[in-house]
Amino acid sequence: MALDQTGFPIIRTAGIDGMLVSFGDRLDEAANRAAIAFRAEVARAAWEGVQESSSSLVSCYLRFDPLALSHHDLEARLRALMASRDWLQADLPAGRRLHRIPTVYGGALAPQLGEAASEAGLSELQAVEMLSQARVRVTALGFAPGQPYLGLLPEVWDIPRQSALTPQVPKGALVLAIRQLVLFGVTAPTGWRHVGQTAVELFRLGEERPFLLAPGDEVIFPAVSEAEFETLRGAPGGGASWEALE
Amino acid sequence: MSRELIVHRAGPALSLQDHGRPGWITYGLSRGGAMDRLALAEGAALLGQPQGAALEMGGMGGRFEAGEDIRIALTGAPMRATLDGAPLLWHAAHLLPKGAVLEIGPVTSGAYGYLSVGGGFAEPEILGAQSAHLTAGLGAPVGDGARLAVGPDGGGETGCKLAVDERFCGGTLRVVESLQTAMFSEAQRARFGEEGFTRDNRANRMGVKVNPDGEGYGVEGGLSVVSEVISPGDIQMTGDGAPFVLMAESQTTGGYPRLATVIPADLPRVAQAPAGARLAFRWITLDEALGVEAGYRRHMAELHRKVAPVVRHPGDVPDLLSHKLVSGFSSGDYHDH
Repeated sequence: MALDQTGFPIIRTAGIDGMLVSFGDRLDEAANRAAIAFRAEVARAAWEGVQESSSSLVSCYLRFDPLALSHHDLEARLRALMASRDWLQADLPAGRRLHRIPTVYGGALAPQLGEAASEAGLSELQAVEMLSQARVRVTALGFAPGQPYLGLLPEVWDIPRQSALTPQVPKGALVLAIRQLVLFGVTAPTGWRHVGQTAVELFRLGEERPFLLAPGDEVIFPAVSEAEFETLRGAPGGGASWEALE
Repeated sequence: MSRELIVHRAGPALSLQDHGRPGWITYGLSRGGAMDRLALAEGAALLGQPQGAALEMGGMGGRFEAGEDIRIALTGAPMRATLDGAPLLWHAAHLLPKGAVLEIGPVTSGAYGYLSVGGGFAEPEILGAQSAHLTAGLGAPVGDGARLAVGPDGGGETGCKLAVDERFCGGTLRVVESLQTAMFSEAQRARFGEEGFTRDNRANRMGVKVNPDGEGYGVEGGLSVVSEVISPGDIQMTGDGAPFVLMAESQTTGGYPRLATVIPADLPRVAQAPAGARLAFRWITLDEALGVEAGYRRHMAELHRKVAPVVRHPGDVPDLLSHKLVSGFSSGDYHDH
């Protein structure tokens, strides 16, 4: 049910126990930042009756007990929070991480680099240089647990999905389409082009934070040779490292 | 022997299920948990204990033995069950003596049966829950030869039963408007609440496909919808226009347009509708839905008061064995499934 359609941000209900605050209706850098920042504030506020919150590409979702916290009261709190600042200009929350995940580009391990480069009008060498230096943000996790969507790449990478699915890319595959990257946590079919291969573990049971990546984290995919990659395969976490941001 | 349930033979879709693991949506992990949450509550009420994990059995049970005397409760979709060859009442609690053979055959109606144990299952938790999240690769199905740890049991009744409202052959599902309802034409929304549907053969823990009697559903430009959060019960329209009701192990976000959301109180009925069952959807307002939710919670909280002893005297056949169970044994060959 649309409670308000007069312009973003908008609040909508999801089922009987969810509310969604959306900052746009298509993927956009500012709307994504707003969703992540807004969700951090909702999590910090820890309103009684709110059971869980999450951010997706452009929205913050709250699941709540509607018999303990009424829709009316929650909506009023959300509206007050929405009005408290310009969320499209908000800083990203503290506690984020910058990850470096070593990646082999092209060759037998990532066979569609050439195709993606030519779609983007670049040479393979230029493509590797751009992709290995790009610093992208985790815009959302989904599709499979811990699996990130990362963006946005420079506009030259606004290349379409393939018309046919690649039946299978391996775990750790870095795939690209429409200025975004996805890093696969499991073997899966995809319509995106397989440009890089990593040995990263996105989910590690028993860790204090079992999912390596969180929305708002940033990632660089530095290039390594196939020989270096072979040694990283045996290394903990596939050679990935991180540092705290800010 | 130890306090465990030994699975000598497992049906094709056995897994431990509880209320799932909330709190991980933002990392892309849906809550998961039992398809029929009401069956968990019924099992707990029959055993007089808090709700925990139960063995969820899709379509077919298996052959089981207990390492020590344990209490069990059988809930959800009725299945043909015997203890050392003697028929067992469904929607009831029984003693499973050490060494006795518990056979649970195919469903007689519905889709998911549940086996709960006194003291609850005590398998290791992953991210705070014992339930297997098969889509996410957390935990695993329960297979032949599994030995499931059972917790200490404070004791309690066996030989008791629960009268259960029918929810095992389709029926009417109440829905509320949701995120994207307004994207669909008024004509489609109206038709959705009026026409009949048939449960497709395609259904699993992620979702249940239902085929409309009339034409398919969809929205213009529906393939460019930005991905948004999914809640269990959301009704998603995929490419061919047939609705999918998204269930416990759905993805956390999705880009297909969603017409409505089935209310939590009716999700057990979705889960239990067998292939070919007739279904209908009925729009209700959010306020009505909240009233239903309050009643549903009250019903679950008061289940324990409705537990009644199985009266054991020879003239009381309907109490001991349902007629349906008895008739199912005439051929005696279902063990071979």
